[in-house]
Amino acid sequence: MTPAATRRTNIAGAIITVITVIAAVIWAFPIYWGIVSSFKLEDEVVRPYIELWPEHPTLRHYWFALTQTQIGSWYMNSVATALGVTVLTVSTSLLVGYAISQLRFPGRRALWYLILASFMVPTQVLIINHFVLIANMGLLNTWAGIILPQLIHPVVIIVYKQFFDQVPKEFREAAVMDNASELGILTKIYIPMNWGVTTALSIVTFIWAWNAFLWPFLAVTRTEMMTITVGITQVSDAFGVYYARQLASAVLAGFPVALAYLLFQRRVTQAITLSAGIKG
Amino acid sequence: MIRNARKDTLIAYVLIAPFVAIYGLIFVYPTIDMFILSFQDAPLITFGPQTAEWTGLDNYTRLPGDRRFDTAFWNTAYFVLLSVVPGTLVALAISLGITRLSGRLQSLVLALFFLPYILPVSVVYRIWDWTLNFQFGIAMHLFDTLGIDRVPIFKTSTWFMPAVAFVTIWWTCGFSILLFLAGLRAIPAEIYEAAELDNAGRWTVFRKLTWPLLWPVTALVLTIQLILQLKIFDQVYLFSIGGRPNDNLVMVYYIYQRAFQNDDGGRAAAIAVVLFLMVIVVSVLNFQLLRLAERKT
Repeated sequence: MTPAATRRTNIAGAIITVITVIAAVIWAFPIYWGIVSSFKLEDEVVRPYIELWPEHPTLRHYWFALTQTQIGSWYMNSVATALGVTVLTVSTSLLVGYAISQLRFPGRRALWYLILASFMVPTQVLIINHFVLIANMGLLNTWAGIILPQLIHPVVIIVYKQFFDQVPKEFREAAVMDNASELGILTKIYIPMNWGVTTALSIVTFIWAWNAFLWPFLAVTRTEMMTITVGITQVSDAFGVYYARQLASAVLAGFPVALAYLLFQRRVTQAITLSAGIKG
Repeated sequence: MIRNARKDTLIAYVLIAPFVAIYGLIFVYPTIDMFILSFQDAPLITFGPQTAEWTGLDNYTRLPGDRRFDTAFWNTAYFVLLSVVPGTLVALAISLGITRLSGRLQSLVLALFFLPYILPVSVVYRIWDWTLNFQFGIAMHLFDTLGIDRVPIFKTSTWFMPAVAFVTIWWTCGFSILLFLAGLRAIPAEIYEAAELDNAGRWTVFRKLTWPLLWPVTALVLTIQLILQLKIFDQVYLFSIGGRPNDNLVMVYYIYQRAFQNDDGGRAAAIAVVLFLMVIVVSVLNFQLLRLAERKT
């Protein structure tokens, strides 16, 4: 390239870079705006001009949310159900992924097709029948009732199978020679070799479960049994709208997952890329 | 050897037992039950076999004349139109910008774009309900500056779907961006170096190299988005609070309304079956198209 042409491309490149960075800031701005508004006094948030920083930063809306609403119970319900979904999904998927990847048994193909089929069935269409089922089991308004229908995550199995397929056969053969049991091979070789995947899948399954809306919304009618994701939208003040207060409870609802993402950024992006069938 | 195979089978069955039990209960059984229910007149709250009556195809034949079904179907189609292709293009543009950056700046910019995806829908709802608030929303200052008349966005039928599509793109774009970035990373640097030697311009490089090489990922993103947006409910429901749900119906919302507000399990199930078939047809078609695209390249 001629020097002039190179300079032209560099300037164009720099402009694109600057635009990207500015766009990123604008993109995330509504999140910042929601957070900063939650630290303002109610009469400050409704001022007719823009204040990027609260004049009198206050924690009173958080204090209100934590003491005067049922947010504490909602938190507990969210933690319990999201952990339940994560542990059950990851453990059962791991076992199935291992069986399909490493063992030959009658029905293996049928099982694989069932998993692929469940990939295509939108769980949203099953809400009526899930509701009837859970109601008949007497599990409405319980943690178990919230957890059960959320255990359809075929993608976790598919990722496990892929990773188990890639473990070199020599490890398995050596272990068989040593008379290791199948359980021993799984717990001493396959699981430890794939801790990274397990961590990544657990974090995103937790995030998915924490963020679940439709089913937890249907499965619970009593306010004290709601998850926080549902609770903050279902209970409102009897008199007037308190914007800062609403935003404070929204911040509390989003905080755990945002924190999980910021702490485990690489794992989260890896798991999400894997879940779409792309090697991260 | 035979004993070994039998032992293998036994172990396999033990390993898959918990999964099969769970899937039988919450996937296989409800799916079959959905079809059965769709041929019945069955109230949902007072369930039980004694109240369900077989009505043949009645629940289906009533759909074409059902105005709310009509609204739900076309709103869903409209929403897909507003969100799938635009969302994919936005994600592609952002990824092309991010991929030029490096090091800490790149991870920071990616995090800013990706953060919304990680948030629960109700938080996204609160943020945008506040940002676009008719009286006090910061976006309305922008409207005032630009000389656009303020509108109560989520209370106006013309604005509702485009606004929800906009928020949805903002919310879910991070996912598509990740896929595009993975796709861009997979393109070997030598190809670009060769293009540079040929003095190819930025646009030519994109059109002749990046776009075709990225096409499989683009097709994947489009597929995932399409299937995802057909199933939209949460945002529409939340933004309709205090508004006009009946104008904003989408397929899943109508299932919810029929089943849980009109206590009409049978007709709700028929709508569910229709959506189910729509998703299956789209998935299968897409899958075949993807396979064809792969064979070509």
